[in-house]
Amino acid sequence: MPQGKLCNRQPINTDEQLKLTLSDKSGKQYYAEMQELDVDTNALWATIQKTMKSRIKTWLEICAHCGMCADSCFLYQVNDCVPEQVPSYKIQSTLGHIVKKKGQVDNEFMRKCMKIAWSQCTCCNRCGMYCPHGIDMGVMFSYLRGLLYSQGFVPWELKIGSGMHRVYRAQMDVTTEDWVETCEWMAEETEEEWPGLTIPVDKQDAEIMYTCNAREPKHYPEDLAEAAVLFHVAGTNWTVPSEGWEQTSLSMFAGDWECCKDNVNHVYDAIERLNPARVTGTECGHAHRATVIEGPYWAGRKDGLPPKPYIHYVEWLAEALREGKLKIDPAKRIKEPVTLQDSCNYVRNQGLKDVTREILSYIVEPGYFVEMAPNKEHNYCCGGGGGFNGIGLYREQRNVALRKKMDQILDTGCKLVIAPCHNCWDAIRDLEEEYEIGIRWSFLKPLIIGMLDIPEGMRVEW
Amino acid sequence: MYELLTGPFMWLVFAISFGGLLVRVVLYFKGLSQQLDRVAYKAHLSYGLKGAFNSIFSWLNPVGARAWRKKPGFTLVFFAFHIGLLATPIFLAAHNIMLQENVGFGLPQMPAFLADLLSWTVIVACVAIVLRRIALPEVRILTTAYDYLMLLITVAPFVTGLIARYQMGDYQFWLLAHIITGQIWLLCLPFTKLSHCVLFFCSRAQLGMDYGIKRGGLKGSTFSW
Repeated sequence: MPQGKLCNRQPINTDEQLKLTLSDKSGKQYYAEMQELDVDTNALWATIQKTMKSRIKTWLEICAHCGMCADSCFLYQVNDCVPEQVPSYKIQSTLGHIVKKKGQVDNEFMRKCMKIAWSQCTCCNRCGMYCPHGIDMGVMFSYLRGLLYSQGFVPWELKIGSGMHRVYRAQMDVTTEDWVETCEWMAEETEEEWPGLTIPVDKQDAEIMYTCNAREPKHYPEDLAEAAVLFHVAGTNWTVPSEGWEQTSLSMFAGDWECCKDNVNHVYDAIERLNPARVTGTECGHAHRATVIEGPYWAGRKDGLPPKPYIHYVEWLAEALREGKLKIDPAKRIKEPVTLQDSCNYVRNQGLKDVTREILSYIVEPGYFVEMAPNKEHNYCCGGGGGFNGIGLYREQRNVALRKKMDQILDTGCKLVIAPCHNCWDAIRDLEEEYEIGIRWSFLKPLIIGMLDIPEGMRVEW
Repeated sequence: MYELLTGPFMWLVFAISFGGLLVRVVLYFKGLSQQLDRVAYKAHLSYGLKGAFNSIFSWLNPVGARAWRKKPGFTLVFFAFHIGLLATPIFLAAHNIMLQENVGFGLPQMPAFLADLLSWTVIVACVAIVLRRIALPEVRILTTAYDYLMLLITVAPFVTGLIARYQMGDYQFWLLAHIITGQIWLLCLPFTKLSHCVLFFCSRAQLGMDYGIKRGGLKGSTFSW
């Protein structure tokens, strides 16, 4: 059978197709159809010829097969160091084979590639730091995911996720109306406690335009309220756009590059339209990578930068604390051992390692912050990056992957983990559910709100 | 035969080898794509160059990169192999006498004992690399016959050179064998993965630029390899 009804080479572009795919419980029919899906080998090879430039070509050719990348991969470590988990082997036996065969590969091989691309690599880019030749397998796996997506070999949840972005321009079915209503609703609720608080939508020339992760309005609207509280207390002139507020990109995880471009342009359009001085996003790693680090290239921006300075939430927060716009009550500082999860997507991918530690210096009593080992740009992925968290088919493998972070956290002896990234937060929550090691985890926003030294009269105590 | 191999044929080999390597470098840089690589090479050139040099120097230094420091045994073998491999043919007295006779200038010459020592180092290191490939499962799974062929091609001029140097067996035969194996090695440089002798610098520089620009450099973060 060439193309399935649900599993096929066509992206999901309509609400109808989206609902149809969603209604297929756990992707049962979807994966059944995938067993029969034809590979358009000519199109595959044509894409490779057009998009595989000297960097990846050279990387595939000059890999010295030295195995130096093996230990760098947490998935290799947690899977009993089986040689099949060596990063170089994973990419050579998938992308390398497709290139060697000039795209002439079959369905079974493509399914094998899908399994490796989404359950044996989280695109955390750590291996690139340990390869003498500077070969970054994470970059190549992202490329491979693009090839697999174009042929329909993509996990069910990510086909849907990418479809959500295509249909709703958000990773969940949050429409413009839903979003604006949520802003109004959260402003009303929060204003009772914080008189004068607003969530201004589409305000021109603000100091800060705020963007977030669609899961927040959909499932945790309190996160938006918390952001509003902190902007309000800091006296920030801020706004959210009615359109272009969603900065995540499941399409990046899925390898749907066309959709990535469309989404990021949507956010950039909002920036151009509202003309804020700066933009900041929520506590999310992949969203930042998509919109700020990789996005400018998808959009074809020559300087590799978004239209306006676009900072991660940790940068905004550190600045507000540094400048005294937010003040911490010393009595409320954290006085228990606490550790920090460095998100690959803005630490290894944008160098934001010190700014998070600066925040901790304001909110943790000296002597209580315990570093994970290794940390900063050498830190390991939370275990659920690159879409791994959300894929039911590979849940078992994901649960094994969580063990590295579990060991790192246990080694610190801390019971509290600060995770300023949605995905890391989820992974740490899941690892507690799975392994019950007795830890708590938190974003920065609620922690900071609980510690604020609030000017008199600003907050109504109940 | 000797005249032919060391005369016109040698020039041809040099032309193909060095010309070929130059072509590889040019093609590498021509094949870069800002959008597909997601690195704005030109817009932030100074940050990029800083990252590129940081990357190259960190990896040319045996204690410069964390990966080297973590595996001191392999690092020692690796550097010994490459230093012997490069220094011996360039500074060997016999090679420089030929260079002097043919082009009128020569490079500094190393004492014979050092040349012997370095040649033996290359051979011993090569054996260690082979044994490592066989012994470690994570390296064994990556290793192909092609990898062994590359090692064979690389070490052959040293083996034949030493046999000729110690005048074991037929000197003329081993001398010719040395010249031919050396030429095979040179001819392989641009066409095989031995091209890493130049592409290493290209690839490292490029990842260094990536880190020096979007992956931290613009944020003032010095990346520790």
